[in-house]
Amino acid sequence: MRARLLATPAAVAFGFAVAFGIAPLVRSLTQGDLAKYTAGEAKSGYVYATAQTRAMEDDEFQNPGSLWVDKGKALWNSVDGTAGKSCASCHNAAETSMKGVGASYPKYDAKIGRVVDIEERINFERERMGATPWKWESEPLLAMTVYVKAQSHGMSVAVATDGPAHATWEQGKAFYEARRGQLDMACAQCHVQNNDRKLRSETLSQGQINGFPTYRLDWQAVGSAQRRFRGCNEQVRAEPLPYGSPQYVALELYLASRGNGLPVETPAVRK
Amino acid sequence: MATNVEARLRVPTTAKKGDVIDIKSLISHPMNSGFVKDASGKTIPRDIINTFTCSFNGQQVFAMKLEPAISANPFISFPVKVQESGTFDFQWVDDNGQVYKDSAKITVS
Repeated sequence: MRARLLATPAAVAFGFAVAFGIAPLVRSLTQGDLAKYTAGEAKSGYVYATAQTRAMEDDEFQNPGSLWVDKGKALWNSVDGTAGKSCASCHNAAETSMKGVGASYPKYDAKIGRVVDIEERINFERERMGATPWKWESEPLLAMTVYVKAQSHGMSVAVATDGPAHATWEQGKAFYEARRGQLDMACAQCHVQNNDRKLRSETLSQGQINGFPTYRLDWQAVGSAQRRFRGCNEQVRAEPLPYGSPQYVALELYLASRGNGLPVETPAVRK
Repeated sequence: MATNVEARLRVPTTAKKGDVIDIKSLISHPMNSGFVKDASGKTIPRDIINTFTCSFNGQQVFAMKLEPAISANPFISFPVKVQESGTFDFQWVDDNGQVYKDSAKITVS
C-alpha cells in the first residue's frame, strides 16, 4: 500500500469533529483579536463565540459559508433575464467592483427613493436585467448577498445615518427600543442594557450584524439578518414581521450603524 | 433529494516522498436526520451522506461511515502519507443513492 491512513483512532476523532463542528485546532481569544473585532464600545459576535466556532470562521476552507460564496460567484457570472446579461456583463469582476459596497449597506438609494438593504438592491438590479426577482431567504438571493458582502471582508462597516437615511435610522432605533411581544421586551433590554451578562447559559451579545448573512450552526445554513430578527421576535413571543418589511430594513440600518467600525465578517460563523 | 450539492477539496498539489499531507473536504448537503418535521408536520425523510471514501491511485486510503447526528455540510479532514504521484478520488454517497465524486492530483518528488 503506497499511501495509507496513519492512525485509525484519528478517524474516530474526526468523526466527533464533524458531529460537533469542532475544529482540530482551537485557540483562545488574543489581544489582537479583541483589537480587530471591537470598535469603541461595539463588540462583534466573534468576541462572544466559542474558540471552536471562531476557528471554523477563520479557516476559509472549513467555513461552510464559503459554499455560499462559491454559489454566489457562479450566479454572478451566469446570464439571466430577457436582457441576456449577467451581473458580470456590467460590473465585471466583483472583487474590484463590489469591494466596499457591502460595508455601506443598508443605504439610501436615490433610484429606488428609500433606504434598501443589499437583498433589495440585488432584486432591483434583477428586474432591470429582465429577470425574476429572487424570493427572500431563497438560496440564490442569500448566495448573491453573501458573495457581494464578502468582497468587503475585513473592511470597516460604514453606513450613513445622516441625510436622506436619517428618518429611516430613527425608525430603526425606535423599533429597537420598543417593547413588544407577550414578554414585553425590547431588543435593547438584552443587547444594550445586559450584554456580556448571562441569560441562563447564554452570554448575551450586542446583537451586531457585521457578520450577516452568517452561517449559523443552529440553522445549519446561511441566513440573513432579517431571519435572525424574526427569530428574536419569536423569542419574546412577538409576531415576526414578513421578510423585507420596512421596519426590518430600518432595523438593519440601525443595527449596522451600531457596528460602524467593526470589520465585515461575512460569511461569519455563529452558534 | 439534495440539490445543488457542491464539494470542495483542499489537497496539496506537490509533496515530497514520504510526506504526511493534510486533506480537507467539505460538501454542501442538508444531512436530513429523519427526525425533523416540516412546517406541515410531515417528517422530512432521512437523507444523509452515509459513506465517504477516498482512494489514491485506485486503492482505498480512507473510509468513513456517517450517522444522522452529523451536521449539515460535513467537513472531513484526515492525514495521508504519500509515496508517489497520483490522483485522489473522493466519493460521497447519500441515502438516496446519489453519488458525488471529485478528484485531486498530487505530484510527489
